[in-house]
Amino acid sequence: MSQKLRYAYYPGCSGQGTSKEYEQSTRAVCEALGMELVDIPDWSCCGSSPAHTVDHRLSSALSGRNLALAERLEGVSAILTPCPSCLTNLKVSAHKMKDPEFAAEVNALLDFPVRNTLPVKSILQAIYEDVGPDALRPKAVRLLTGLKLAPYYGCIMNRPPHIMEFDDHENPIAMDQLMEAIGAEAVTFPLKVECCGASFGVARRDIVQKLSGKLLDTAASNGADAVVTACPLCQMNLDLRQDQINVANNTSHNMPVFYYTQLIGLALGMTPSQVGLEKLEVSPMALLESLPARAEAQAQAAKKPASKGAQS
Amino acid sequence: MKIGVFVCHCGSNIAGTVDVVQVAEAAKSMPEVAFAKDTMYACSEPGQQGIIDAIKEMGLDGAVVASCTPRMHGSTFMRTVARAGLNPYMFEMANIREHVSWIGKDKVANTRKAIDLVRMAVAKLAQNKPLYSQSFSINKRVMIIGGGVAGIQAALDCADGGLQVVLVEKTTTIGGKMAKLDKTFPTVDCSSCILGPRMVDVAQHPNITLHASAEVDEVFGYVGNYQVEVRKKATYVNWKTCTGCGACMEKCPSKKSKDPFNELIGTTTAINIPFPQAIPKRASIDRDSCIKFKTGKCGICAKVCPTKAIDYDQQDEMITEEVGAIIAATGFDLMDWHVYGQYGAGRYPDVITSLQYERMLSASGPTGGHIKRPSDKKEPKTIVFIQCVGSRDKSVGRPYCTGFCCMYTAKQAILTKDHIPDSESYVFYMDIRAPGKMYDEFTRRAMEEYGAKYIRGRVSMVYPQDGKMIVRGVDTLAGAQVEVEADLVVLAVGAEGAAGSAQLAEKLRISYDSYGFFMEGHPKLKPVETNTAGVYLAGCAQGPKDIPSSVAQGSAAAAKVLSLFSKDQLQSDPQVSKVDLKRCVGCMKCAITCPFGAIKETEVRGEIKAQVIETICQGCGICTSTCRQGAIQLQNFTDNQILAEVNALLSSETEEA
Amino acid sequence: MNVIALSHSQDRDFIAQVEKESGQNVSLCYQCGNCTAGCPYTFVYDIPVHQMMRLLQAGQKEALLSCRSVWLCATCQSCTTRCPNNIDVAHIVDVLRHMARREGYSTEYGVKSFVDSFLESVEKNGRAFEMGLLLRFIGKTGRFWTDVDLAPKILPKGKLSPLPHKVKNPEAIAKIFERFRQECQK
Repeated sequence: MSQKLRYAYYPGCSGQGTSKEYEQSTRAVCEALGMELVDIPDWSCCGSSPAHTVDHRLSSALSGRNLALAERLEGVSAILTPCPSCLTNLKVSAHKMKDPEFAAEVNALLDFPVRNTLPVKSILQAIYEDVGPDALRPKAVRLLTGLKLAPYYGCIMNRPPHIMEFDDHENPIAMDQLMEAIGAEAVTFPLKVECCGASFGVARRDIVQKLSGKLLDTAASNGADAVVTACPLCQMNLDLRQDQINVANNTSHNMPVFYYTQLIGLALGMTPSQVGLEKLEVSPMALLESLPARAEAQAQAAKKPASKGAQS
Repeated sequence: MKIGVFVCHCGSNIAGTVDVVQVAEAAKSMPEVAFAKDTMYACSEPGQQGIIDAIKEMGLDGAVVASCTPRMHGSTFMRTVARAGLNPYMFEMANIREHVSWIGKDKVANTRKAIDLVRMAVAKLAQNKPLYSQSFSINKRVMIIGGGVAGIQAALDCADGGLQVVLVEKTTTIGGKMAKLDKTFPTVDCSSCILGPRMVDVAQHPNITLHASAEVDEVFGYVGNYQVEVRKKATYVNWKTCTGCGACMEKCPSKKSKDPFNELIGTTTAINIPFPQAIPKRASIDRDSCIKFKTGKCGICAKVCPTKAIDYDQQDEMITEEVGAIIAATGFDLMDWHVYGQYGAGRYPDVITSLQYERMLSASGPTGGHIKRPSDKKEPKTIVFIQCVGSRDKSVGRPYCTGFCCMYTAKQAILTKDHIPDSESYVFYMDIRAPGKMYDEFTRRAMEEYGAKYIRGRVSMVYPQDGKMIVRGVDTLAGAQVEVEADLVVLAVGAEGAAGSAQLAEKLRISYDSYGFFMEGHPKLKPVETNTAGVYLAGCAQGPKDIPSSVAQGSAAAAKVLSLFSKDQLQSDPQVSKVDLKRCVGCMKCAITCPFGAIKETEVRGEIKAQVIETICQGCGICTSTCRQGAIQLQNFTDNQILAEVNALLSSETEEA
Repeated sequence: MNVIALSHSQDRDFIAQVEKESGQNVSLCYQCGNCTAGCPYTFVYDIPVHQMMRLLQAGQKEALLSCRSVWLCATCQSCTTRCPNNIDVAHIVDVLRHMARREGYSTEYGVKSFVDSFLESVEKNGRAFEMGLLLRFIGKTGRFWTDVDLAPKILPKGKLSPLPHKVKNPEAIAKIFERFRQECQK
């Protein structure tokens, strides 16, 4: 890469807690891919869903403080965040503040104003667009051949399209292609952008059990060994609450739910603990250990028709 | 000069927001104005009589009518002044309706603007000269572009009326979309049974020349005398000797060729006749899948052809057809429904279009008339029809109602029950639009007799699960989300102007909208005319419509052409360019810029001069703005007249200031 | 069934206020129902989203601000993304929720409490403190058994810190909240 990739980085609150392994693997993967992440100094909460459900000025101000802080950094090309919820808040805030009247109302709540000069992107978008599957492929030292993944993007990574401006809003493919670049298989997963129940886990657990349960059912029925996701909230609902879901729906899923950065990290040669695999609730270790044997079986199966067929 | 000014109320259309009495009063003091009066409806019989009486009584030399657009009534009032004994070109119109009363609510400002427009018209009229039309002869041949049911109807009507008809069809057979249909609503009669004989009539009619596999390349000329360059696209088969026996198709080893006639359901051979009733029944080769063209080896069709008609070296052929009128009947295409990611955007084989379903229903289709879903060729038991896919949907840029989908969906639901008695059909609809003779009764039959389950609401998402297509929609009447586990999903995809319609419109110099439909001359009163004299419209090229309406328009367009050709000579519009020989230096720049080829070089006393052929000139005025000498002037639109209008406008401003 | 007395109960100011705050034209809705068709939350709604749009067109303020649905929308954007008339439906529901809150409704008390707990945590620490906000939620609602089954799963992973990760200067964030409250009072 001739050009230095340097970004302002917004980690998001859950990265300090329930999605530590996402934060950890994101930093490790970005470093390995030559993407320099400059932490936004003294970043604060974006407001997440709760703020925008109360008031859009408050929500935009909480996000806007971070936009303004990022704008003071030098030599960064964009603001990146791993979390789709933070991403949405930051992007909606920047989008709405294109209206000068609204911007004035928001800036009145802030110590220093937002200039709205930097694009906001997800880490996924930056890896997909600035590095890309083709550049990732040769860097993979350990292909995850045989691993069947349901690629789950969550509801707001790509929607609404006029604000998110990334990938297809009905059938996104960025994560599919990155996973295929490291040897895994992305199975058909028609519910890529369906909602998992979001932050209702605490107040209305029944909602998450139904919606996330459906995601797990669909992933399983399409032959996935695991789900791969890019969202801390989705991951928590599907992984940490998987037992709750099983009990409520009378199912017996035992499906690991990875962050895509963990899998890229593994492919780049990192150890399981470097990407925080031990922090996942449903342990993926047995599945990962079975991969070499599966890869072998796949290779055998691939050879068969060739030896029978007339093709040379 | 004595000018009369007549200011129309148009009921309240103008008088509601313009003080027409004040406008007439102001006109009285304008230069050359001898008479001015307001009138309730200038175009009405008493209104016109009032103008005639004033001209006669006051001895007027010209008239200004301040009313609506000249597109509406310009010719009406020209006839009026002619009836009063004046030259019809001693007339001007000030448009104080579309340009004033309909667009502004401020009565004071409107009245001021109306007075300005009248002042300008008066200033121009003061310099008008009597003009006289010339006669020119017309070529009584007609070209019809597009061989669907509308074009076929127009061709047969014109030919039966004694005209020589040239029918140009883009694909290798006529028949259009109707030829792809299995049955037709609301009678459920066989489409090819009723269309087939008409197609044969076209082939056999002594007055019709059919160019299939041909497209219009360029159009020159004007009403009565068009020259159309037609490109006959290479088919690699000599159609003069091909008998349509089909031996080539039987032996062709390349059987995976795309089959556009069957809407890409199934495949065909590289050399093929699209369907058994094709007209002309001639084979053609699809270069992209022909092994001979791809590898140089093969040539089997040439070996088996009993008449040696195969010609791999055939080239496109250009021919010129001279005609007096043109009917554009180029039809429609389905909009590209792949913008609907929520319906799979083409990823799911068991989500198909209504036209693909039609080919499955057809006994001559790729499944032999058996409904089989594409993924596993099994007979579906639960079929979901989704209406308004690409209709009434601003989010995909298709805000209009295609209009015929409700009817064909009802038909398909009925046919589905006929084909598979133990099947269930669900129809997701927003509103049932069935305003036609026996139409609503037909959709009721689909529900009442054939048990089709109509669900009022859109479908948000379709996705595969365990061998079924899950259709998640809404029943807004029940106020509930609904899910159907379907075997097959049929999308009622909306229509847009046929591919290439915009390019053809440019060649024909007619207007078209952003969906590729051609603009009619007037939405109510000139439905098959265009703004270009001698060019007419028929069928879906003008807007989506069903078969009876397409046929009616085909006949209507034919009637227009027959009416045009009922005279031996046409009158030219004398508002054309004229060369002042004293000023012309013979640079001939005007001839270079003229888009109609209406200016020729001539010699006057040994000097080169430009000369306008009056019957060819269309009065566009490009030459006048090209000529540095000001030697070529558009009659009654001279530079001096336009300047007089500008001066009239500015003088009113200086007065106010 | 309720009878809607359209001649008397249409609150036009309410319609205008929603249109102003959301930037949407509610007349664009032609009731195709695509929003409800795609909404994953319909199963817990008391009023499906297309009927919310319909009641909004009819100016039925009380019915809308008192319903559960406004609290149970997760802003997943399915309705907005697929609306054939390009209406930002999720934005409208967001605005209805703002109005419901301002007018003192809390039809889904648990959901409101979670939001309040979250924002209190942010106001105090500058960042969301997961353990803290859970305890606040329990304090508000008295639901002592909330996710207690998850404790033995998550605590050993060392993900949940017992102490907040505060920003350096939490007052800076608290000031944003303070100014916001002052603006609201104006």
